[in-house]
Amino acid sequence: MKKPLFTLVLAGLPLLAGSAMAEESFSQWLFTLDRMKEFRPVDNETYAEECGACHFAYPPGLLLAMSWQKLLDPVALEDHFGENAELGEDTLAEIQAYVIENSAENSYYKRARKITRSVQSIEPPLRITQVPYIKRKHHELTAAMVRDNPEVGSLSNCNACHTQAEQAVFDDDSVQVPNFQHWDE
Amino acid sequence: MHQYSLVLLVLLGLAAASAQSEQTPTAEQGRQLWIKEVLGAKGDSRACTTCHGTDLTQAGEHQRTHKLIEPMAKSVTPSRYEDPKKVAKWFRRNCKWTWGRECTAEEKRAILSYLKSQ
Ligand code: HEC
Ligand code: HEC
Ligand code: HEC
Repeated sequence: MKKPLFTLVLAGLPLLAGSAMAEESFSQWLFTLDRMKEFRPVDNETYAEECGACHFAYPPGLLLAMSWQKLLDPVALEDHFGENAELGEDTLAEIQAYVIENSAENSYYKRARKITRSVQSIEPPLRITQVPYIKRKHHELTAAMVRDNPEVGSLSNCNACHTQAEQAVFDDDSVQVPNFQHWDE
Repeated sequence: MHQYSLVLLVLLGLAAASAQSEQTPTAEQGRQLWIKEVLGAKGDSRACTTCHGTDLTQAGEHQRTHKLIEPMAKSVTPSRYEDPKKVAKWFRRNCKWTWGRECTAEEKRAILSYLKSQ
């Protein structure tokens, strides 16, 4: 199924390059394809406001729908990791719908699919930092870089190190552990 | 027409001046509440300043997540305290977390007048 589509696209290249407008949509397509490697960035204002007040607004593709459902239970939100994160009914319903629609298993983004695969045989964790894929990616980091680092404090603080986390980009080019020149030394 | 506007201006000025002088004791009460320390569930000491800091013109930092919180001083962050729903929501959450109970209407009024005066 994939090959003929690819050939078709290749054959279409010179044609596309012919018109400026088409060229624009082609680069946009490439751009989108490139972005699909990461997670879908947060694009719901209510979610960004309500779930980004105390910490980085985590892109929904970082957890499975089942994990989000447990986190976003009205009673659970009253004691959300020791914090009160209660929401009004309408606000909560909007956030639930948004997050589940974009949860890891409902996302086509590459990293979201890796998350889904990595939690397949376990009870879906409530913490992103407990997802095996995320744990594996950070196992080299020391306490000095995370917990004892005054500008980080916790691995949950994604955007302390991932400078493009707001765009849901987590690749190695955009990582900078504060106070550490070379994190991999 | 002009006379009327003049009278209106003077009246407004008077109202503003009296509001100012009335606000000060309330705002001072608010400041006291703001820095009041309470023993938390884990034997830790908690106050509004735990996350918002003592200097309201500076950004605070969420004690657990380390996320920066924009300055609370109205003069520095003009968008503050404009949305009554938002204000009510955070009073509920933060009073419960910090003091282990909801704030009374009087406490909220005093704190708000302090925060707005900064
Ligand atoms: C009142 C503050 C507050 C609000 C509002 C809030 N959270 Fe949290 N959240 C926290 C705290 C505190 C933690 C624990 C952080 C830690 O342990 O470092 C946390 C942790 C999390 C984690 C786990 C992160 C990890 O360690 O992997 C997720 C997921 C999460 N929150 C999602 C949400 C969602 C979704 C919303 C919106 C409904 C929300 N939060 C709103 C305070 C809040
Ligand atoms: C203390 C700094 C730090 C924090 C906090 C942190 N990361 Fe990372 N992260 C790193 C480093 C360093 C790497 C390794 C980059 C590499 O492999 O080249 C990494 C790698 C990753 C990768 C894999 C990147 C790749 O190219 O394969 C993902 C995905 C990721 N982090 C997501 C997250 C998420 C989500 C959070 C928050 C829940 C988070 N990180 C918190 C430092 C951090
Ligand atoms: C555990 C951390 C924490 C503590 C302690 C805390 N707050 Fe907050 N507060 C926040 C966060 C996070 C926000 C929302 C982010 C923002 O508005 O920038 C907030 C927002 C507010 C707002 C809403 C401001 C607006 O723009 O409308 C008020 C009012 C407020 N806090 C009052 C208090 C009071 C009063 C106390 C003490 C009883 C207190 N806070 C203690 C974290 C905290």
